[in-house]
This record gives sequence, structure tokens and C-alpha cells, in this order.
Amino acid sequence: MSIDIAALTVGQDIGSRSITVTRTDLVKYAGASGDFNPIHWNEAFATGVGLPGVIAHGMFTMGAAVQLVTDWAGDPAAVVDFQTRFTKPVPVADTTGTPESGAVIEISGAIGALDADAGTARVDLTVVSAAQKVLVKAQAVVRVA
Amino acid sequence: MTINPDLQGRSYPAAEVYDVGREKIREFARAVKATHPAHFDVAAAEALGHRDLVAPPTFAIIVAQRADAQLIEDPESGIDFSRVVHADQRFTHHRPIVAGDRLVAELHVDGVRAMGGGAMITTRSEIFALAPGDATGVAGDATGVREPVATTTSSILVRGEGQ
Repeated sequence: MSIDIAALTVGQDIGSRSITVTRTDLVKYAGASGDFNPIHWNEAFATGVGLPGVIAHGMFTMGAAVQLVTDWAGDPAAVVDFQTRFTKPVPVADTTGTPESGAVIEISGAIGALDADAGTARVDLTVVSAAQKVLVKAQAVVRVA
Repeated sequence: MTINPDLQGRSYPAAEVYDVGREKIREFARAVKATHPAHFDVAAAEALGHRDLVAPPTFAIIVAQRADAQLIEDPESGIDFSRVVHADQRFTHHRPIVAGDRLVAELHVDGVRAMGGGAMITTRSEIFALAPGDATGVAGDATGVREPVATTTSSILVRGEGQ
């Protein structure tokens, strides 16, 4: 069920999605990943080191963003390379006890390059929160047929 | 405290084995809001040709950050973890990580660059799977077989005072 490279063109849109983030999500990611840096769960600590407040783990944003690619590719193992730079933090407001999200991350992807010899397509992700690009050069290389 | 420039070129050998469990893959997948069935349902993973549940593309960060901890906690490094900002990250998968893998990571410090009063430090983890049934652990098994699984590179910015 892999994707036919002949059917792809550079610039082609692979879709988009919107992810809501709460403080609970950050606690879950901390536990799942083992990254317990308090800037991701303790407001006083985060502001004490000069941040605007609790921020999402960069690796949470990176890991959530690639799901668009995984689902498009049809197999998580098709993502053979994935990189990004973290340019802006994603502050997550404390909305505990309410149905509101603390932040929203908007993700969209497009084909950035095709390599017929290697059998790969590069998907370039645009990842935005609060009207700022939070990931830059977010690129996933996907094995295609 | 300043970052020790002699860190560049240093490596830390594989220290402990990380056993990849099904429930950890499911937990991590939920934590990054992944819904692909190959992370949750063994039959779905097998239908795609995998031996067991497939880890999400950034799962190797667990193993890589354990390796990084050796550097950050090294008293000679001069790194204050509370002043660390993650600057960039890359995963190159030589083969997928699946449940049942027993992974080890070698850490290499590829770059140390002064930036203002702080420093940018680039590390690389070479992640290998031990052969099934290898009880000898990290030093490599009796046959020395360690299958390359992933290479991760990470840059962290350690902010200086006033940055």
C-alpha cells in the first residue's frame, strides 16, 4: 500500500490538521518520553528561567507533527528520516478544569523533493502556533514505491 | 560556569540496554497523538510486514535522551540543565524500531561552539539492536553483532547568564 512516486509532484499538498494541546498532554508526554524538565509543567519554574510560561516539549510538537506524514504514508516505518529546527516555543496556557485547549498547533505538508533513484519523497511540514512558525526546516523523508 | 570546550570529540559508550515494550510504544504513540494502528494492534503491524508493533518516528528520542543524560550529568561538562534549550533534532532510521528490540546507544559529542556566554552542543547517538538472545548486554555479544537501527543528532543551546 505504499505510495507510487510517479503519482507525486513537487509542491503537491499532502493535507493538514490541527492539534489541540493541554497541560495534561504535556504531563503525558513527559511521562511517556522521560523528559521531566519542569519548564514543561511548572509555571513558576518556567517564568523563573525567563520563559513566558509553561511551554510544550519541542519533541512533543515534532512527534505530533509527523503523524500527518505517517498517516499519509500508510506505514510509520516508511518515515526513514525526520528533522527539524525548533525556532519558537509553544506556550501552553493552563486550562485545567475547562474544556478549552491551552494551545493549538496547525500542521500542513507538501512534497518538497522527489528522489526516484532512492525511492523517496521529502515532505516539508509547516508547523504554526499562535501565528508563529514553531518548527523550521521540518522535513520528513518517506520511502515510496 | 562555562561549558568545557574539551567535550568536543568525546564519546560515551553504550551504558544500559533499553527494552522496547508494546505498552511503551502504545503510551508514547498516544502521547504524540498518533492513531496509526501499527502502533497499537499487532495484527495491523504484521499486515505491513513488521515483526511486532512499530514505534512512532520520534520514539528513539527516549533512548537518545538517556544517552544525552550521561553528558549533561557529567560534572566535567559544565552544563546547567535548567538553561538548556533544544535547538534542532534529526532521526535517521536504518530500520524501524519494533516491540521486542533491545537497544543500546553510543553517544558522540560532535560539536561545541561558544555562543555569547553560552554554547551550542551537537550530539549524535548511534542506536543499535542487540542480537536476540544476547544476554551479555552492552559490550556487544559474543559474536560482536549489533544491528544499526537509528542515528539521532541533536543540538542544544545552553544559555549563558543574561541570555
